[in-house]
Amino acid sequence: MDLSAINPVLLVASLMIAATPILLAAIGELVVERAGVLNLGVEGMMIIGAICGFAIAVETGSPLVGFVGAAFAGAALSLLFAFLTQIMLANQVASGLALTLFGLGLSALIGQGYAGQKPPPTPRLDLPVLSDMPVLGQVLFSHDPMVYFAIAMIAATWAVLKYSRVGLILRAVGENHDAAHALGYKVVRIRILAIMFGGACAGLGGAYLSLIRVPQWTEGMTAGAGWIALAIVVFASWKPWRVMLGAYLFGGVTVLQFNLQAAGVSIPVQYLSMAPYVITILVLVIMSSSKSRAALNAPAALGRIFHATH
Amino acid sequence: MTEKLLTIDGLTKAYPGVVANDKVSFGIDAGEVHALLGENGAGKSTLVKMIYGLVRPDAGNMTLMGNAFSPPEPRVARAAGVAMVFQHFSLFEALTVAENITLGMENPPKHRELSARITKVSHDYGLPLDPERLVGELSAGERQRVEIIRCLLQDPKLLIMDEPTSVLTPQEVEVLFHTLRQLSSEGTAILYISHKLDEIRDICDSATVLRHGVVVDTCNPREKSARELAEMMVGSALHEPLRDAQAFGDVVLELKGLSVPSATQFGTSLKSVNMTVRAGEILGIGGVAGNGQDELLAAMSGETPSADTTVTFDGNGIGTLGPNERRALGILAAPEERLGHAAAPDMSLTENALLTAAFRENLVKNGFVDWASTRTFAKRVIKEFDVRTPGTRTAARALSGGNLQKFVIGREVLQTPRVLVVNQPTWGVDASAAAQIRQSLMDLAASGAAVVVISQDLDELMEVSDNFCALNEGHLTRPHPAKGLTVEEIGLMLGGMEEQEAANA
Repeated sequence: MDLSAINPVLLVASLMIAATPILLAAIGELVVERAGVLNLGVEGMMIIGAICGFAIAVETGSPLVGFVGAAFAGAALSLLFAFLTQIMLANQVASGLALTLFGLGLSALIGQGYAGQKPPPTPRLDLPVLSDMPVLGQVLFSHDPMVYFAIAMIAATWAVLKYSRVGLILRAVGENHDAAHALGYKVVRIRILAIMFGGACAGLGGAYLSLIRVPQWTEGMTAGAGWIALAIVVFASWKPWRVMLGAYLFGGVTVLQFNLQAAGVSIPVQYLSMAPYVITILVLVIMSSSKSRAALNAPAALGRIFHATH
Repeated sequence: MTEKLLTIDGLTKAYPGVVANDKVSFGIDAGEVHALLGENGAGKSTLVKMIYGLVRPDAGNMTLMGNAFSPPEPRVARAAGVAMVFQHFSLFEALTVAENITLGMENPPKHRELSARITKVSHDYGLPLDPERLVGELSAGERQRVEIIRCLLQDPKLLIMDEPTSVLTPQEVEVLFHTLRQLSSEGTAILYISHKLDEIRDICDSATVLRHGVVVDTCNPREKSARELAEMMVGSALHEPLRDAQAFGDVVLELKGLSVPSATQFGTSLKSVNMTVRAGEILGIGGVAGNGQDELLAAMSGETPSADTTVTFDGNGIGTLGPNERRALGILAAPEERLGHAAAPDMSLTENALLTAAFRENLVKNGFVDWASTRTFAKRVIKEFDVRTPGTRTAARALSGGNLQKFVIGREVLQTPRVLVVNQPTWGVDASAAAQIRQSLMDLAASGAAVVVISQDLDELMEVSDNFCALNEGHLTRPHPAKGLTVEEIGLMLGGMEEQEAANA
């Protein structure tokens, strides 16, 4: 065992990369749930984003176009969920699970010709001076643009929910859809838009996996990241910054356990592999249970079907 | 005034199986307080929803200030100067007062400016409110203020109020009426829906009476007696609750120094409550919502256990017994919240009948539900309490408020309780159904049961109770004979002034 082989600077730098897919998917789902919709199809939308982003990037040679395509693909798949739950008033849990299974299957079909290929590389940030700083440069200023985009999304979501009228309306719809309807807000339209935003974010998260993190296409490569994103949203009490904390914690433990495996720690690999899931959930459970008002943060209309009565 | 502010001409709206409004026509002048009268289901709600743009009429026209008016959505109605205070509050509990008000405005000002305006308007109209408080922490009366202020901030031409006084004390009603008169003198027309005919006679200039969706009469309510108005609504002679004076029996249920800490953050703790109720007596408990009514009912029904001796039944301590054990003894309760507390919304009436009557009516045999006798019992409730429903299979949620209330009360009364505790037995129920419910409570007392009626409707309490106490911040006053109490005395009791007065005397 050689723990000195673990480089802390590299560890922090790579945890940000490991956390980004989950961060993107989770912030999208946070918005969806704040609007009162429970979409369990995050995993399916992620993997569709992963393969569509990969395929488009390979065909066009541009990772940027790939990411944009992934966002559209995720949003398109989420539209299916929106149609089922908002227009046909189907059960959200069942529809979400179906969406995940459908996404996994469809992605395998699309991805048949792409296994083993290499995606075009995504350029990394290279700022003169800043990126060359020791430690800080490597940790903060040498990532691909998506890492910063994800953090910006957290900040933007937080600010919009807290300070803007759009955010207030979104929260109101998730809190009491009947009252929002009585005041004349378009509950269904707002929810469909929120669901599409969630789909686009999940698609971006998936594309980050296949284009940057791994980077290649393998069937089922999301490996539960969508479910972790869902869990993080709940245990983060539907708060954007806590979502980021949860995602970075998960990413951190994931990277750390890889490093420990490489260093030959005498803990069975299976325990190390489950560590990120266990630790993330434990920490967030403890955080959300210590507040007596945690339950109040849950959007009151979450998962309830809205039917406009006349 | 040559031109009406709002003219309604031949409005018709039909739902599958029922015509909610059939060629309804009337007009409202600027500054007029116009009452809309009718039983539950007479079509008042549908009519105001059409004016507010929530429902599109099938036929007919509306004219607002001389212009054709057919709002496709509330936004348009609000922009045209129509505002509405809802019967079931359309508020968001997890948001602050200011946020709730912002959501109801078309062009809300900046947060700080809005807070200042809320504070100013709420003081101008005598309805003080703190804009930063969470609505979940407010009492029902304060929540109504939020709705009213939300409307007032938009300088409405027409203010629609649906059952505004059902949650207020007499003093608060006075404040509200003062506000309404002030608005009316400033030229705002008010469309006022209420079941309380005395109030309508007090404040309204004219009234339109709806029955089964048709306008049956338009009149000046000040020229009619409350009884005449009620008979116009019902279309037949009104049956008024009657009972003979009688002697009370022994004390059946007694609370001694009962203190219960509040279970929830937004609740009220009971503080050393003493109360006795005798066989054949109806004890009325008044008070503004949020002063411990729910907690008091829960302590008596067994939902909240307490120390053994603080609750006694026939002299035996029962404080630690749960609801089913108390039901077995004959202590039944009908809580305020119909959907979710008194009845399970998505379960059928038969299933709901089973939930509280299983033991006293022997509806469960060897652990299996006897559906046949449960259905028979549910049918009996429906028949004897005139619950209007297609059948026993209907979900509780599908019933109108008044009908479900009749079912909930009937379910308990027919189990021949020794003690019945009801909270808000006629909230949102129309005049004839309310009279029916009150009559059944009086009949129950006449048959020798002890009845505790917790209510915010003081007219109701004065009508049914033998003795009256007031609940104020978890304190219960001493009982007073209900006969001869004046409105001022009641107001003082509700305001918690009685103890001080006793100290001064």
